[in-house]
Amino acid sequence: MNYLIANPERVLRLAGTHAAMVAAALAVAVAVALPLGILSSRSPRLRPLLLGGLGAIYTIPSLALLALLVQLFGLGLAPVFIALVAYAQFMLVRNIDAGLRGVDPAMRDAAVGMGLSPRMQLLRVELPLALPVIVGGLRIAAIATIAIATLAGYVGGGGLGVLIFNGLALHNTGMIVAGSLGVSLLAVLVDGSLRWCERAVRTRLGG
Amino acid sequence: MWGDLAIHLWEHVQLAAAALALALAFGLTFGILAAYVAPLRAAILALASIGRTLPSLAVLKLLLPWLGVGVASAVVALAILAIPPILINVDLAIREVPRAAIDAATGMGMDGRQRFARVIVPYALPVGIVGIRTAATEVIASATLATFIGGGGLGDDIVRGLQTDDAGLLVASATVVAGLAIAVDLIFSRIAERLEVLA
Repeated sequence: MNYLIANPERVLRLAGTHAAMVAAALAVAVAVALPLGILSSRSPRLRPLLLGGLGAIYTIPSLALLALLVQLFGLGLAPVFIALVAYAQFMLVRNIDAGLRGVDPAMRDAAVGMGLSPRMQLLRVELPLALPVIVGGLRIAAIATIAIATLAGYVGGGGLGVLIFNGLALHNTGMIVAGSLGVSLLAVLVDGSLRWCERAVRTRLGG
Repeated sequence: MWGDLAIHLWEHVQLAAAALALALAFGLTFGILAAYVAPLRAAILALASIGRTLPSLAVLKLLLPWLGVGVASAVVALAILAIPPILINVDLAIREVPRAAIDAATGMGMDGRQRFARVIVPYALPVGIVGIRTAATEVIASATLATFIGGGGLGDDIVRGLQTDDAGLLVASATVVAGLAIAVDLIFSRIAERLEVLA
């Protein structure tokens, strides 16, 4: 606690780096996951392959995957960023797929009846209706990403993990506690705000 | 190197198994409590949901000042991480047992304990096992981080590989722990399928 009280600006700055790293990784992850999720929802043959493969990546312990990526990309932000994007894929694709497949067929028929092109059906009807489930996946991915990003501190990628690993090296318990509390608080805050978004999206859809 | 790796793999399995057993004891107890005692339910589930949100490295580190370093504190920290997924699924599983099945059991003259053993447990098992599967994978992954609090296991090799820039050791240990996680996940998914068929 003492460290946190003595160095609030350092803890805040590292929390900012941590949040920025997670936000950037999630943005890239969503851009990759959207086409994959749409593909999986349209192709019953590809779905098990895609979800099985991404699930296997998700199962690999983060320190192991990170260690392998460090071999390929060296120390720093790059291996962490790739690991974060890779881990988020399973949760994002699974929920995009489930959200799209959960769209009421009557809604889809209505969209066809209104003469919407397949692209417009997806953009105007299916994705908006699937949004609550997709936001749910984003929330779970965000929590996991915040946790895994802590390891960035170990391979020179910055963020709140720096406090934890430096604290460990310096036998400074205050630093360790400040870093751990910071990450936990960040995770709880992001979880709460994305839960709120999920509810807001659901209410707007009237469900 | 390979001998060490085998020893650490065994350490890793023991660490994960001990933590999972401890988590099962608490997760089952509090999951059943949440499902049966309505006034406690909200509080127990709120705590579990916070527990699910906390990053595993943070939990390992936050316990350090109280528990110290070593295998025992690693087991406790890993168990704390594994309780929420078990608890949440046990509660869900019990509450989703069809009312009609319970009524039928009552109609057949079963008492509370018989109903629990013969109706609720068989019905709840497939959903409950999903939580145990999640917990098992999480424990194996987080046990890799136990090296940072002196818990041993395969994380030791990964860290040593990183520190000494030993690519062979690094790749070998990372592959072994990834293989372990995927194998355990597959085993639990088979068990879940079996139970689904039985139910």
